[in-house]
Amino acid sequence: MSLLTLNQMKTDIGQYAVLHDVNLEVPEGGVFVLLGRNGAGKTTTLRSIMRLWKPAPGSVRFDGQDITGLHTADIARLGIAYVPENMGIFGNLTVEENLILATAKGHFDAARLKRITTLFPALERFWTKQAWSLSGGQKQMLSVARAIVEPRRLILIDEPTKGLAPAIVAAMAEAFTEISREATLLLVEQNFHFARSIGRDMAVIDDGRVVHSGSMAEFAADKPLQDRLLGLS
Amino acid sequence: MHSKSTYGTIAVKTAVLLIAALLLFAPFLFQDVRALEVAARICIFIVLVASYDLLIGYTGIVSFAHTMFFGFGAYGAAIALRQMGPGWDAVAIGALAGVLVSLVVATGVGLLSLRVKAIFFAMITLATASVALVLASQLSQFTGGEDGITYRVPDLFKPATKLMVDETGKVARLFGVKLNGKLAAYYFVFFTSLALFLLMLRVVAAPLGSVLKAIHENEARAEAIGYRVVAYRTFVFCLSAAVASLAGTIYAVWLKYTGPDTTLSFAIMIDILLMVVIGGMGTMWGAVVGAVLMVVAQYYLRDLMGAAAEATANIPLLPDLLDPDRWLFWLGIIFILLVYFFPRGITGTIMQKGAR
Repeated sequence: MSLLTLNQMKTDIGQYAVLHDVNLEVPEGGVFVLLGRNGAGKTTTLRSIMRLWKPAPGSVRFDGQDITGLHTADIARLGIAYVPENMGIFGNLTVEENLILATAKGHFDAARLKRITTLFPALERFWTKQAWSLSGGQKQMLSVARAIVEPRRLILIDEPTKGLAPAIVAAMAEAFTEISREATLLLVEQNFHFARSIGRDMAVIDDGRVVHSGSMAEFAADKPLQDRLLGLS
Repeated sequence: MHSKSTYGTIAVKTAVLLIAALLLFAPFLFQDVRALEVAARICIFIVLVASYDLLIGYTGIVSFAHTMFFGFGAYGAAIALRQMGPGWDAVAIGALAGVLVSLVVATGVGLLSLRVKAIFFAMITLATASVALVLASQLSQFTGGEDGITYRVPDLFKPATKLMVDETGKVARLFGVKLNGKLAAYYFVFFTSLALFLLMLRVVAAPLGSVLKAIHENEARAEAIGYRVVAYRTFVFCLSAAVASLAGTIYAVWLKYTGPDTTLSFAIMIDILLMVVIGGMGTMWGAVVGAVLMVVAQYYLRDLMGAAAEATANIPLLPDLLDPDRWLFWLGIIFILLVYFFPRGITGTIMQKGAR
């Protein structure tokens, strides 16, 4: 059974129809990558799942439950975390405050905190620093750490490697592989090489529609299909 | 994983402790009626400004209705004391009524309008506050209209009340200060203000403070990690209104007079805004510094300028410029300079020092 099902999701932003008819099934476990060109509707898909944009018709089902009309905060509390594009951290809060904000009871579970600091040691070093003073990579680590500070079923991550140095991207790949052992990751990514290294399943979105879905291994092996859907050479 | 403390933070906290000590011993350190008036006003405005900072500094809500809630508390106590006589029961019932009315109005305004854009919310609060001001003037059988209400306060606060007597039966003195009802009234103001300030300090130090800052920075992000922004904004609006209302009650008991000019006027709203900006938004310490500077300037800048005009009497132009009647002009200049040199307010800028 799919963990997340999008059925005929349509989203308008102002007068523009961005998502026309998105149908998507995200199976439980592993990393599911949503690929596509700039402006294809990948970020809008994630934001529509979280109801940060209000999709008009269609439905979103999470773990069998219809979450279409739920409030964003209630969707988050069901166990869906969202890591937005451009390191969605709170710059005026410290690293500690950023993380504690995402805990359900206002305090850390020691084991989870240990896991976070093992995955991202820099966060421990800058624990009391305000988040705006972190580097781009550290901000991205904080953003991901915030998503896993509580157990989650599904984590939506929007372009996590954008603008990051290769060494940080490699660290992110390792972290995502580790995180995907306990949660399903729905990743929006433009960096196909990164996506291929961690993705198990994938879909391509183009002009607001899902135009292909399947296993990442098969897609990675099909160069002509990649060229046609992503314009890769 | 250790706690943070920059030298700027330490400097601000030291200054605030010093101000607290001065206010605690104010009746003994500054033995004149005007100084005690200034100290009491500072105590009350610290609470009022701090409660406003919960809105504007922590949560990013711009409201022009803060003096309305201040007025509800003041009029609650004033009407109760007038109708029921000078008892503690009247103070308690008046305070409770003020808080209840504030909560009802804040909940209504909050739920109806905190979903809309900030500018619309600000306009709605401005309209609501204007209605409250007009009502206070029109409902003169309850509020005394433009003249306001005078009333008696509990016997403990009467200047003639002897808290302690010496061997001759006269009111006892401590370091030359009469231990009378005026002193009791000041300490009522000081300790109730302190309690309210500590309550707000507790609120912002708790995880709730981080949630409010997160909402201020990015509402959508806060919602995406599970916080219902409208509920939190309404809650903090109500909390801020309740505290402002209690500050109004304290002020009413201190002044023994309540009128539109002392509680509901937009001049007070502007004072609050200036105090928040001068002190520094998003930090409770800013309320302390802002309130002290503004109140002291309002009371003493004119005297200072008079002395300066006298001292510079032989220099052309300067005595005219320093004429005490021009004190508002100089207050404006000082305000512009403070904003220029302390863009995040005095405490905000100083606390930034040493932070990375």
